[in-house]
Amino acid sequence: MLSQIVAVTGVNLRSLRQRLGSSAVAITGIAGVVVVFLGVLSIAEGFRAAMAGVGDPQTVIVMRAGSDTEMTSGLSGDTARLIMDTPGIARNERGPIASPELFVIVGHPTRKDPSDANVPLRGVSSAALAVRPEIKIIEGRMFTEGTNEIVVGKAASRQFANLTVGSETKWGQNRWKVVGIFDAKGSAAESEIWCDARVLQPAYQRGNSYQSVYARLENPEGFQAFKDALTSNPRLSVTAIPEPEYFAAQSDVLNRIIRTIGFLIAGLMGIGAVFGAVNTMYTAVASRTREIATLRALGFSNFPVVFSVLSEAVVLSLVGGVIGGLIAWMAFDGYQTSTMNFQSFSQVAFAFAVTPKLLMTALFYSLVMGLFGGLLPAIRAARLPVVTALREL
Amino acid sequence: MKYMHIVWKNLMRRKIRTIFTLLSIFVAFVLFGFLMAVRSAFSMGIDLAGADRLMVLNKISIIMPLPASYKERIKGIEGVKDVTYANWFGGYYQETKNQFPNMAVDAEGWFRMYSEFAVPEDQHKAWLADRQGAIIGADLAKRFGWKVGDRVPLQATIFARPDRRAWEFNISGIYDSPVKGTDKTQLFFHWEYLNEAVRSTQFGNQVGWYVIKVNDPEQATGISKTIDTMFANSPTETKTDSEKNFVAGWAKQIGNISLMTQLIAAAAIFMMLLVTANTMAQSIRERTSELAVLKTLGFGDGRVLWLVLMESCVLALAGGLAGIGVAWLFVTIVGDPTGSFLPQFFFPGTDVILGVLMVVLLGFAAGAVPAMQAQRLRIVDALRRG
Repeated sequence: MLSQIVAVTGVNLRSLRQRLGSSAVAITGIAGVVVVFLGVLSIAEGFRAAMAGVGDPQTVIVMRAGSDTEMTSGLSGDTARLIMDTPGIARNERGPIASPELFVIVGHPTRKDPSDANVPLRGVSSAALAVRPEIKIIEGRMFTEGTNEIVVGKAASRQFANLTVGSETKWGQNRWKVVGIFDAKGSAAESEIWCDARVLQPAYQRGNSYQSVYARLENPEGFQAFKDALTSNPRLSVTAIPEPEYFAAQSDVLNRIIRTIGFLIAGLMGIGAVFGAVNTMYTAVASRTREIATLRALGFSNFPVVFSVLSEAVVLSLVGGVIGGLIAWMAFDGYQTSTMNFQSFSQVAFAFAVTPKLLMTALFYSLVMGLFGGLLPAIRAARLPVVTALREL
Repeated sequence: MKYMHIVWKNLMRRKIRTIFTLLSIFVAFVLFGFLMAVRSAFSMGIDLAGADRLMVLNKISIIMPLPASYKERIKGIEGVKDVTYANWFGGYYQETKNQFPNMAVDAEGWFRMYSEFAVPEDQHKAWLADRQGAIIGADLAKRFGWKVGDRVPLQATIFARPDRRAWEFNISGIYDSPVKGTDKTQLFFHWEYLNEAVRSTQFGNQVGWYVIKVNDPEQATGISKTIDTMFANSPTETKTDSEKNFVAGWAKQIGNISLMTQLIAAAAIFMMLLVTANTMAQSIRERTSELAVLKTLGFGDGRVLWLVLMESCVLALAGGLAGIGVAWLFVTIVGDPTGSFLPQFFFPGTDVILGVLMVVLLGFAAGAVPAMQAQRLRIVDALRRG
């Protein structure tokens, strides 16, 4: 039995070259599906990585109760002070490692296009870098407190016009000078511009108010205790969310849109490719009707015949899957782009990410497509009555 | 048409192959229709933007407000026919995931400005008389099952009430629109109602943006400049642009979805072209001797060419038109697959026509090579080969 399988399958695969035309059609079809599938999902994956990639469970975001984004939150200076004094926050020689912050957006042209895009501008306090150990100044220096200096995220500097160290920009009545560029390990923070919160407050008529407090906990397990301390304080009406959860919630809407549409597109294309593969395999079987009948007349049983047709389909689809995966990986992986996050109305830069996991999923799908495509033709090949088949053609 | 019978018989000689080819073409055009709807959803109604409408925003950023006092000054500018304003409220219903556009608007002028939102006259009157009244879009009414007369609480995100309770609105009316792709997921309520509650805070007497109607769209650029100069060097400077540019800028910020959908559609249709061409080539190869017999019987080369072309066109038309039809039904009946995030999800008429053209093109392109082979066939060779 085994030797039969090996023999028939071997004959089949070796004769693939003679059916190059129709095999190429099946391979192209599957490769096309894989490219589109990976292309769409690498957007979702890259966006997710930018939004949630480096969220640190030890960092907590405190906002007004009922707010789900910083944009809509509001905390008075006194409230911010109370939050910073809550037990559970790590301390260093300068006091609690917590930064009350303002988050606004400014209109600023991109490099590609002179019309304005919404750039997030974050007013931070002196502890901002201590709260976020993952953020490093990679060029220039941190801004000096109390001045109109800004530091710019790596992605924002790349995406938007005129935001390199040394350049000056004007938003409203205020002039700002870029003094540094920071790296945030590819997270959404790299799309932001930072300045001193106290300078931003009057510029945006915010009095002494903030929108959020970023705090570093003494240890990652301390979240519940910290949250309880906040809720039990009668003078506070705030919510606390660990950073990873907050970032994941921020990307929720866009992620859902991309995934729903992406899967629908990939699903439809997948079905189309299966039909294409079925056709190709039928054609392959049809052109070899006499050959298969001869094999069966010689005493080969049904199973090796079915197996050989199926394995041909699988090999074709795997080749298609690998080609598609390679094309998608070369074309999309690391491609820099930006989009507007629906929940903060501001630009987030991210890179398409064709991850090994996505590649494996795509290969798996192409395998499934091959199996489905080969199944019916394989059964047909096995059912062919020997006598009529030999007479055919 | 008299050869339809031969074409039909030829298609039916290998039923399974014909069916699967039909299905591939069908799927490709369902996908085409779906992609065109996605494209229109992400262009955010740019084709519907009024050419005679301008938007006035805060120059620094869209989230910064403008003083309510600007209305009279803008109204005085020559060429301005009408001015109205709105403020983004950003409330949600019960849970944060139940978000939809809700705005505090200038009750007096809003629906005069947006005449494409059709509100029954009596409902509009009732709304004007009720300070807590709200007018909602037909799609929004369907989403939450709201009816005229319902009292609806919205949780505020930006404008917290002093007592921290939810804002309550009476549904006074429901707007609909005969124009496809109009956003019917919005809720509009009285700006006065909002302003009353926040008058003493920093949000008091502020509006989010102004909408202006000009007498003559040709003068729009000049009027924009006049407005921006009027408020230049004041604490709140403005940025005025046509509604079309505003929507375009917004859509552009999301990314080039249009190009992406076109690329995917092109890839899908190209794949189907390969599949169909392959099928046709295969079936012509199988019929070499039959074609030779046809030619022996006196069918000319041209006629044989047409027979083959017709066959592939029939395949393309049957599969493609069914695909476009199903896509149209899906988009029209099921609508937005994401729930409610894409109100402009529809299949535009021009794209339907484009689809039909593509179907015809596919039929000819897929049949071209096999048809030419059939035309060139020499009877002697063909009969010998068979």
